[in-house]
Amino acid sequence: MINIEYYLIVSTIMMFAGVYGFFTRRNLLAILISVELILNSVDINFAVFNRFLFPGQLEGFFFAMFAIGVSAAETAVAIAIIINIYRNLRNIQVRNMNEMKG
Amino acid sequence: MNFLNLFVIIPLLMLLGLWLSKNIKQIRGVMVCGASALLALSVVLVFMYLGERQAGNEAEMLFVSSIEWYKPLNIAYTLGVDGISVSMLLLSSIIVFTGTFASWKLQPLTKEFFLWFTLLSLGVFGFFISIDMFTMFMFYEVALIPMYLLIGVWGSGRKEYSAMKLTLMLMGGSAFILIGILGIYFGSGATTMNILEIAEMHNIPFAQQCIWFPLTFIGFGVLGALFPFHTWSPDGHASAPTAVSMLHAGVLMKLGGYGCFRIAMFLMPEAAHELSWIFLILTTISVVYGAFSACVQTDLKYINAYSSVSHCGLVLFALLMMTQTACTGAVLQMLSHGLMTALFFALIGMIYGRTHTRDVRELGGLMKIMPFLSVGYVIAGLANLGLPGFSGFVAEMTIFVGSFENQDMFHRVLTIIATTSIVITAVYILRLVGKILYGNPVNKEHLKLTDATWDERVAVICLIVAVAGLGTAPFWVSDMVSDSILPVITQLSVH
Amino acid sequence: MEYTILILLLPLFSFVLLGLTGMKMKPAIAGMIGTVVLGAVLVLSYYTAFDYFSAGRDASGCYPTLMPYNPTWLPFTETLNISLGILLDPISVMMLIVISTVSFMVHIYSFGYMKGEKGFQRYYAFLSLFTMSMLGLVVATNIFQMYLFWELVGVSSYLLIGFYYTKKEAIAASKKAFIVTRFADLGFLIGILFYGYYAGTFSFTPQLQALATAGAIIPLSLGLMFIGGAGKSAMFPLHIWLPDAMEGPTPVSALIHAATMVVAGVYLVARMFPLFIGYAPEVLHWVAYIGAFTAFYAAAVACVQSDIKRVLAFSTISQIGFMMVALGVCTSSDPHDGGLGYMASMFHLFTHAMFKALLFLGAGCIIHAVHSNEMSTMGGLRKYMPITHITFLIACLAIAGIVPFSGFFSKDEILTACFGFSPVMGWVMSIIAAMTAFYMFRLYYGIFWGKENKELHAAHHPHEAPLSMTVPLIILAAVTCVAGFIPFGEFISSDGQAYAIHLDKQVAITSTCISVVSILFATFMYAREKQPVADKLASTFKGLHKAAYHRFYIDEIYQFVTHKIIFRCISTPIAWFDRHVIDQFMNFMAWSTNACSEEIRGLQSGNVQQYARVFLSGALLLLIILLLI
Repeated sequence: MINIEYYLIVSTIMMFAGVYGFFTRRNLLAILISVELILNSVDINFAVFNRFLFPGQLEGFFFAMFAIGVSAAETAVAIAIIINIYRNLRNIQVRNMNEMKG
Repeated sequence: MNFLNLFVIIPLLMLLGLWLSKNIKQIRGVMVCGASALLALSVVLVFMYLGERQAGNEAEMLFVSSIEWYKPLNIAYTLGVDGISVSMLLLSSIIVFTGTFASWKLQPLTKEFFLWFTLLSLGVFGFFISIDMFTMFMFYEVALIPMYLLIGVWGSGRKEYSAMKLTLMLMGGSAFILIGILGIYFGSGATTMNILEIAEMHNIPFAQQCIWFPLTFIGFGVLGALFPFHTWSPDGHASAPTAVSMLHAGVLMKLGGYGCFRIAMFLMPEAAHELSWIFLILTTISVVYGAFSACVQTDLKYINAYSSVSHCGLVLFALLMMTQTACTGAVLQMLSHGLMTALFFALIGMIYGRTHTRDVRELGGLMKIMPFLSVGYVIAGLANLGLPGFSGFVAEMTIFVGSFENQDMFHRVLTIIATTSIVITAVYILRLVGKILYGNPVNKEHLKLTDATWDERVAVICLIVAVAGLGTAPFWVSDMVSDSILPVITQLSVH
Repeated sequence: MEYTILILLLPLFSFVLLGLTGMKMKPAIAGMIGTVVLGAVLVLSYYTAFDYFSAGRDASGCYPTLMPYNPTWLPFTETLNISLGILLDPISVMMLIVISTVSFMVHIYSFGYMKGEKGFQRYYAFLSLFTMSMLGLVVATNIFQMYLFWELVGVSSYLLIGFYYTKKEAIAASKKAFIVTRFADLGFLIGILFYGYYAGTFSFTPQLQALATAGAIIPLSLGLMFIGGAGKSAMFPLHIWLPDAMEGPTPVSALIHAATMVVAGVYLVARMFPLFIGYAPEVLHWVAYIGAFTAFYAAAVACVQSDIKRVLAFSTISQIGFMMVALGVCTSSDPHDGGLGYMASMFHLFTHAMFKALLFLGAGCIIHAVHSNEMSTMGGLRKYMPITHITFLIACLAIAGIVPFSGFFSKDEILTACFGFSPVMGWVMSIIAAMTAFYMFRLYYGIFWGKENKELHAAHHPHEAPLSMTVPLIILAAVTCVAGFIPFGEFISSDGQAYAIHLDKQVAITSTCISVVSILFATFMYAREKQPVADKLASTFKGLHKAAYHRFYIDEIYQFVTHKIIFRCISTPIAWFDRHVIDQFMNFMAWSTNACSEEIRGLQSGNVQQYARVFLSGALLLLIILLLI
């Protein structure tokens, strides 16, 4: 039987990998991927907690499904923005995006 | 409707009129009509006030009315005047009137200048007629803000720097005042912001008074050029355009003294007694220090600004002496200094407008070139050094006699130190007069200059008449003020 | 005697009229207005005197003190206020006569002297202002009114000294006169403040019990008031302004700096005399010592000056010293026993005003003729200007104390009073009287005899002054001849009772002898074309001569104090401190706020990754803190 801790360790590693990536990447796509990692780690947690702590109930799974949906939408919007930025700036480096800054 | 409302309504109408006016003629028309109306109004007010008193109305404030405008903090638009505010209103309207004439030919952006100028006077009038702490504070702010633009846009020299410095220092002062006002309000547990009612309750705990008194006193003291918070004054005055210097030194600096008296001392008498010594020392320093500094300045406006520091120091000094005579003297000194300094700044502005320099070393022999302005300048100088027949003498003597009512060594010594200022004043005034007016012209170019035009003459003559009038017939002002000082003095002596 | 108010109002009216509209008038009309008004004042003053003295004495044998007007002008407290009114008593009436007479003479004289000057109208306006203030001063009903007019005479003196406002020396002199006297007035003011507080009134007759409780304060305040008097009356060391004040037009010097304003200090002490005698006799003695030293110092300096107006100026200082001494040596208010000096002083004030005005006006004629103040440009003028010569001689004899001229009688009373005080004082004053005779005749011979400056005179053709100038001389000379015979003690004495003047024969003979000897000595030294003795003396005592010529360097000391100490050591550092310490502190606060915000601004970078990093580390930190607690 796989213990709850193993799942949680995996999700924590994913989560911090995502956070690390979010802090350090300069490329918008890489940042987006990092955010996806964080979201997915959360999804894992939802599923795991539901499975181990509240067996017989389905809220956690639903919430995970819901989060996947939201993140898919978010990714679609984000990529649309990034593509537009790319069209304007010819690159997607974060530090080049200071046109709106005073 | 309360008669006093007109002091706010007329400037508002003037603002409207200026906004609608199309050309310089209309602007001047609006300004002259408005300023004359205000002058007439304040003269009428003086007579109405004296009439009421004659009729036996003993109330502390006359013509009181109140409209609540912010219930949660009990802030009300409460109006009322006593002898002090009546005389201050008269002073303000004279200065606004003459200031209008002194800036007759001002360029550029004439309309905007007068708009801000009128807004400034609106604040001043509003301050003097209201007796609600918060409303007073609001008008105080209304008077301060236009100053920034007036100096920053129409000034000369390092105008941005001066405007910024002046505004920041005065705003710093008003932050103190705001804290002080809230402290008084909550400390007294009052359900009103009305000064009279708070004074009536007289229940701010002593420990709290000792915090709020210095805050309010310094807050207003900044505007009254209290040492060491006076440095906005030389730069500010030097950079400001003529009419603004006049209004600022003539009236705005009086807001400081008036506020110190009306709010700080009236509402917190115990702390005033306890802490007066610190401020007495500071004001004595102001008096002597300002006079000595003026001795070595080379810019006409700086000389006058430092002289203002000295004279306004005397106002606060006299207030802190806390005798009826000294406080009467303080109010007389406010009037006298207001008129004299306005006269000085008006003349300096007119001379500067012709010679394009205010440097004492580059001027000389003006008496030959522009006799009218020079004679005016000599008169202003003599008034400034306290010549009998002009207002300065009356005010200074009242202050000194009043200060001597305090019998202890400390007050005596400070008074004697303060009296030395009359000699030092003579030194710098005569040095100045000898240098720039007498002798032969230094610059040959100056020989082509002309004497005063009619609008300038109106301003100068009005002010001279006012200075001489106060100096030759001081009794009625003195009586009027002295009666109104009495409640405050009683408040100060009950503890 | 309600009409006395006109004595003040008329000159005020003429000042206002001439001041406002004078520039549009013809000079002659302006002068006429001033003179006519002053003539009216003169008539009124004489009539007042006649009216006052003929009304007779009251039950106690004194002339009553009248106060026809005394309205309150400026109230201070319940008890203290400034009243402006008119007080008539023997000394104020005497001063009215002196002032109006001399002023009227000067008005007439100025027609000739100031003819064609630019600002003729202004000159007459200022003369009116001065006359008004001086009259107001002497009729003051209280000490504060006196102070008020005191300041006004100060300023009219300032304006008149600086009449030639394009002349550098005149500007400096007027400034100096005003500031030095202003400095002295500070003492006066503080004295008044003390007096007012302790006496409970500004009037000259305070409640006696109020004074008794004040203790040492009353002498202190009287001493301070005397400082004010010393400033106006040019007592050492506050005398420095007077010689410089000679830069003004000569008639002004005659009026203000010889006859009237400079004796204001003497008048002040005389006015406060009952208080001095009653509460501060020791201060009064200091007055005498200061007066004596001043008289000596000024006489010594006068012996070597070469500018004729300067000689007269120092002679004035010396004579005022005499008056002060006479007041100071009083020990009681009984004229028969130690109170003689009061009467003597007033008498000398009266006679001195006349003959000193005469001397100055005469000097004015001479300056008018040769266009210079220097003695070297004169000499031998007796041939050209006979009237001036004779009147000047009369005045010189009067000031030297020769019978029967007025100076003899008054000076004799002073010397008698001094001998009554102490023999030392008597002899010292006698020697100074001898010096007076000496320097006056040195002056006289230097101008009218001695070595003539022929080249200059050939170029200029010195001539007698016009009638408008000589008539006042003749009138004043006539007054000088007869004034000594006025029974002065009948009118004025220290206790108000009639006092018959009697000459102390011994003193009279000694002083006359001494004067005659010094006149002869002066004749021997200066009357001839060549003056070997004088030159030899000057070269033998070179150092002393030079020191005296430079007035013992008192001016230089003042110069040092004002320029080096006040300007350089006080004002300049204060101004520097203001700009560089206080102002810089304010700037520093502004700068530090700015610097802080620059730093904080870095945090608000707009970089979301940075925000998130800060957010996360903050959250972790909070978590750790919560866990630890």
